[in-house]
Amino acid sequence: MTAPAGSSVEVPRHRGQALPGVDRRRALRIVERNALAYRRAWVVFLTGFAEPVLYLLSIGIGVGALVGEVVVGDRTTPYEVFVAPGLLAAAAMNGAVFDTTFNFFVKFKYARTYDAVLATPLRVGDVAAGEVIWALGRGAAYAGAFLVAMLAFGLVGSAWAVLALPAAVLIGYAFAGLGLAATTWMRSFVDFDYVMLAIIPMFLFSATFFPLDRYPGVLAGLVAVTPLYQGVALVRALVTGDAGPGLLVHVAYLVALGTAGLWVAVRRLRLLLQP
Amino acid sequence: MQGGSPLIHARSLTKRFGDFVAVDGIDFEVHRGETFGFLGPNGAGKSSTMRMIGCVSPISAGTLRILGMDPVTDGPAIRSRLGVVPQEDTLDTELTVWDNLVIYGRYFGLTRAEIRERATELLAFARLEERARDRVDPLSGGMKRRLTIARALINRPELLLLDEPTTGLDPQARHLLWERLYRLKREGVTQVITTHYMDEAEQLCDRLVIMDRARIVAEGSPRQLIERHATRDVVELRFTTHDEQDAAAEALSATAGGAGAEVEPLPDRILLYTGDGDGTVAAVTGNGVQPSSVLVRRSTLEDVFLRLTGRTLEDE
Repeated sequence: MTAPAGSSVEVPRHRGQALPGVDRRRALRIVERNALAYRRAWVVFLTGFAEPVLYLLSIGIGVGALVGEVVVGDRTTPYEVFVAPGLLAAAAMNGAVFDTTFNFFVKFKYARTYDAVLATPLRVGDVAAGEVIWALGRGAAYAGAFLVAMLAFGLVGSAWAVLALPAAVLIGYAFAGLGLAATTWMRSFVDFDYVMLAIIPMFLFSATFFPLDRYPGVLAGLVAVTPLYQGVALVRALVTGDAGPGLLVHVAYLVALGTAGLWVAVRRLRLLLQP
Repeated sequence: MQGGSPLIHARSLTKRFGDFVAVDGIDFEVHRGETFGFLGPNGAGKSSTMRMIGCVSPISAGTLRILGMDPVTDGPAIRSRLGVVPQEDTLDTELTVWDNLVIYGRYFGLTRAEIRERATELLAFARLEERARDRVDPLSGGMKRRLTIARALINRPELLLLDEPTTGLDPQARHLLWERLYRLKREGVTQVITTHYMDEAEQLCDRLVIMDRARIVAEGSPRQLIERHATRDVVELRFTTHDEQDAAAEALSATAGGAGAEVEPLPDRILLYTGDGDGTVAAVTGNGVQPSSVLVRRSTLEDVFLRLTGRTLEDE
């Protein structure tokens, strides 16, 4: 994950370089920079931890008491058990999207942070990879904390749930790549309304709060191809112990999406940052 | 490579943005230890040239070698030996003064111990010791500039690129900066500066080129350029009314040739370029021209600049 995308073809490979266009050590300097910046703003991390837990308490446990049980396929689960993996996946999405759209845009367009960075040995590929690694690290921290909360509420039904953490990282990767690529087309903060326009329906309708079989055929097919649905399905299967080789399809989907996004982002950023 | 070969070598260096030619086939060389200037009006191509030298903008055509290397293939290796002071401050506003230096050192792959030692020195150099723990936002323009220069020195660069280093600073801040740049020059740091302040170019540059409309129109030391492209003295005549000035301009065009001066009427005054200012003044007033004020001065780089690049404002 450190060196996504065959992000540079024209730069020759050197030793110590994970993939063309990305040097792992240099990419990690961006992570270091963000850690320095957040050292003084650690409070925002609390909201990242708190948000999914609040949803879990309100929708999962609160509304869940009214809903009772959910039937998915041939199994019946308490509503909070059904909803928790969806919230985990959505938290991973939200964290990655926030870091790679809003936060990235500020540094890219207004603070001109990368203009300064690119005057040093770092390259555009290193910057993009570094920002994605940072977003993943942060997403993993949130997902890990949420998993612990799920465990505390007795919502984890299988040892496979351990893999929900790397699954959350994968979801983060897919949305980080997508977010970074989308941000290269943003002109001003007004354009972030489009991001919300994509994120909120996905959050509400990707089988997060109710099963896919509630949709009529065509609509179910449409929901099934959204990246968040892919993530939700993956995490839910792992947490409920429904693991099987079929899950690799979700994995492949998320990896491909993240890599494609990053590939596009690096190309676009080269044009924009190094005209 | 060090011996006589230049630090920067450019031949037919060209930068195009679509159909627009920002830099049109320029040749120049910068040698170790010298301070080299790019002068020119806004839009002349100075910053585009600087960005190509800084290996953050690919060249469109021609040859460019920096420290003997090719920016296309050796960008990171070249940049690791450069210091860059961009036209607009790009300090990291989310970090403190100290952390700005630290993270910049990390971008260059320096160890924390190395960075601690250098950052301490550089803060003293930039006279910012007391502000180390502050964020950069509340710093004054001069302080930000000094911090930007300090940051550019964290990797002990062999070549320092300064794009309009003192634009927007008050005179005290400018003089302090100039003094710091002198000090770097004495320490042997090669510097490339763009500016449109002629006094800055005269103060700092050993050698400079004047750019206009994407090309180099003159090259030399400040003294050589004045000798080559301007007369020794300039006489400035002012008049109380436009009519008086117009009449004088007409009279002078006919006669000042006799006094050995070249006449340039401007909206607010008439300039006479001459080898002998006092003689020209005597000749002019002897001809019955009655200016309200007369100023005789030595030619400056500004005269050269304006004669070569024109006086009309050429905005995009």
